[in-house]
Amino acid sequence: MTSKFRTKKVEVSYGDKKAIRDISLDIEKNIITALIGPSGCGKSTFLRCLNRMNDVIENCSIKGSIHLDEQDIYGPDIDPVELRARVGMVFQKANPFPKSIFDNIAYGPRIHGLASNDSELKDIVHNSLEKAGLMDEVKDRLNDQATGLSGGQQQRICIARAIAVSPEVILMDEPCSALDPIATAKIEELMNELSESYTIIIVTHSMQQAARVSKKTAFFHLGDLIEYNDTDKIFTQPENQKTQDYITGRFG
Amino acid sequence: MARQSPDRIFTSMTLPLSFVFFVLLGLSVYFYYHAKSGIVRKAALFSDRTKALPSHYGQQSFLWAFIPSFLILLVLTIGGPNYIDQIFYNKIQELNPTFNESFVSLILAKVINVSNGKISTGEENIIMLAKDYKIAFEQLHFYRGLVVILCAALLGMIISYRQKPGSNAREQVEKFIVNIFFASAVIAIFTTVAIILSLFFEALRFFNLYNFFDFIFGLHWAPNVAIRTDQVAAEGSFGMIPVLLGTLLISFIAMCVAIPIGLLSAIYLAEFATPKIRDFVKPTLEILAGIPTVVYGYFAALTAAPFFREIGFSLGLDVSSESAIAAGAVMGIMIIPFISSLSDDVIRAVPQSLRDGSMGLGATKAETIYIVILPAAIPGLVGAVLLAVSRAIGETMIVVMAAGLSANLTVNPLESVTTVTVQIVSLLTGDTEFDDIKTLSAFGLGLALFFFTLLLNIFALSISRRLAERYD
Repeated sequence: MTSKFRTKKVEVSYGDKKAIRDISLDIEKNIITALIGPSGCGKSTFLRCLNRMNDVIENCSIKGSIHLDEQDIYGPDIDPVELRARVGMVFQKANPFPKSIFDNIAYGPRIHGLASNDSELKDIVHNSLEKAGLMDEVKDRLNDQATGLSGGQQQRICIARAIAVSPEVILMDEPCSALDPIATAKIEELMNELSESYTIIIVTHSMQQAARVSKKTAFFHLGDLIEYNDTDKIFTQPENQKTQDYITGRFG
Repeated sequence: MARQSPDRIFTSMTLPLSFVFFVLLGLSVYFYYHAKSGIVRKAALFSDRTKALPSHYGQQSFLWAFIPSFLILLVLTIGGPNYIDQIFYNKIQELNPTFNESFVSLILAKVINVSNGKISTGEENIIMLAKDYKIAFEQLHFYRGLVVILCAALLGMIISYRQKPGSNAREQVEKFIVNIFFASAVIAIFTTVAIILSLFFEALRFFNLYNFFDFIFGLHWAPNVAIRTDQVAAEGSFGMIPVLLGTLLISFIAMCVAIPIGLLSAIYLAEFATPKIRDFVKPTLEILAGIPTVVYGYFAALTAAPFFREIGFSLGLDVSSESAIAAGAVMGIMIIPFISSLSDDVIRAVPQSLRDGSMGLGATKAETIYIVILPAAIPGLVGAVLLAVSRAIGETMIVVMAAGLSANLTVNPLESVTTVTVQIVSLLTGDTEFDDIKTLSAFGLGLALFFFTLLLNIFALSISRRLAERYD
């Protein structure tokens, strides 16, 4: 197994308050890694470090090192804009742009100049929708507003939008927390398919979801990484008492 | 002759308006607390729960005690004096059937003034009428106070007595509040309609004297007509095109200054400025909005106009000392804060999730702003610009001081022009008669301006609707 991300002693603070400290973990390529833990444990903060989305937050400072394919992503020669094209992100609340479905998917390819002409762009859009399993549902209304779709469809639009930039990694920050079980099942199925060609890191509050979709799981608590192991292990024989308490529902 | 009316007893008790009002208010407040504690007692008596909160019963009693009585007070205060005047008018006419209308009014005015003690007279009849008039007013005030206070007390008592723990006071109170909202909306609409109608009828009088099509298509504006019959003056000509063109020209120049500067500063404030800079820049910009337009007028006339003139000279251009460009540019500066401050709010109202989504795809800040944020903010931005345009079109002072009064048919910003509002002001100030064609033409201009801004509004609304991108 090769590592996609390698983080060493990552520490993030907002002003004086430390959100996470001393996080060192390697994330493997082309599998799904789940980050679980109670609210405020720092799992989203950690996720946002991986594509430098924390940069836009004021008085947020980061220590330690994060390497993507042996390259320090906080190094001086790294452009966060380029990094985010390689490491895509899907957010908790579906946030399609108030544009047509086509324009939403084409947004990334357009700004990165991935298509040299209209037919190429069209191919990219169609492929992305296909991969996101949305093509059949929206093929007749690519010019309709994306905000008019259902919540689950909107979230899959956001996934398709991320895929369209052909990233290497997709970060998902509680992508199903606002969806019903059927829409959630569809997205989980989609994640499974995508994990063949993409590295996926998902933050989730649902332990069942982590158990269902992920191969490896990291458990965070109060800004510390408590345990990181194969998902099977974490959920059947956790090594740490805190992990045990959390997955059995004793706190969290 | 000594008059001794039984009504005289009332005059020893005066009930002035403010006194009646405060008694009414006091009574209503009393009934609020009375009902509030009363309903609790009643509920305890029946060991029952009140259907609404005790304060709702209090509010209900307050409203019943206050509103009807207040309306009566209002009607009697406004209508009462008119009614008394009418009675005395008829009385005078009956006494002197030969007098014509205006003479009767004159006598009535004299009676009123004598009764107020403003003038004195030796005429027996008038002194007598004045006494009666005074008594009538005292009676009015007395009965007004009596009726209002009794009505408040009675209604307050009845409603407090009738309130049961099971009756739903909240529903009635809320219905009343909704009706107040509705009434406020209706008042705004009615006033607008009234303004339009008054403008319309005055303008109609103008179009009786002057051909409508000559007015709206006429290329010559020269509203100088003979004021006295023996005066020699040219026939006035009222073609509004030069004036309207002046308005358009100056507003256009103002927009050219204000829209780019306002929008760019709004984008800077909303997206790039640190909170520290923002906290300093935004209030500073808003101070600009607080400067009286007369001060801008000075600035335009004394600083901007010579400045443009000098620049024109050095380029070999002939710039009039009162030029459209000076007035327009200063007007543009005046409306920058409107555009920047409103646009800043609109841009910041675009959800953060859209910014995150765009950044997460590897978009730069500029791409995010141009492709995602601004399109999402378009309806609000159009609104901000529209508000600024209306400000510009309605602006008078700067133009009077910096662009002149001469109605030149030109689109050259270096010449002096005049605007619709400036012409209206110059037509209506000074010694004027209100049935004169010159004066009435102001209403024609007013109506034209109104329709023009209305069209502009409709146009802008349709644009913003077409460009609108809905987000939720």
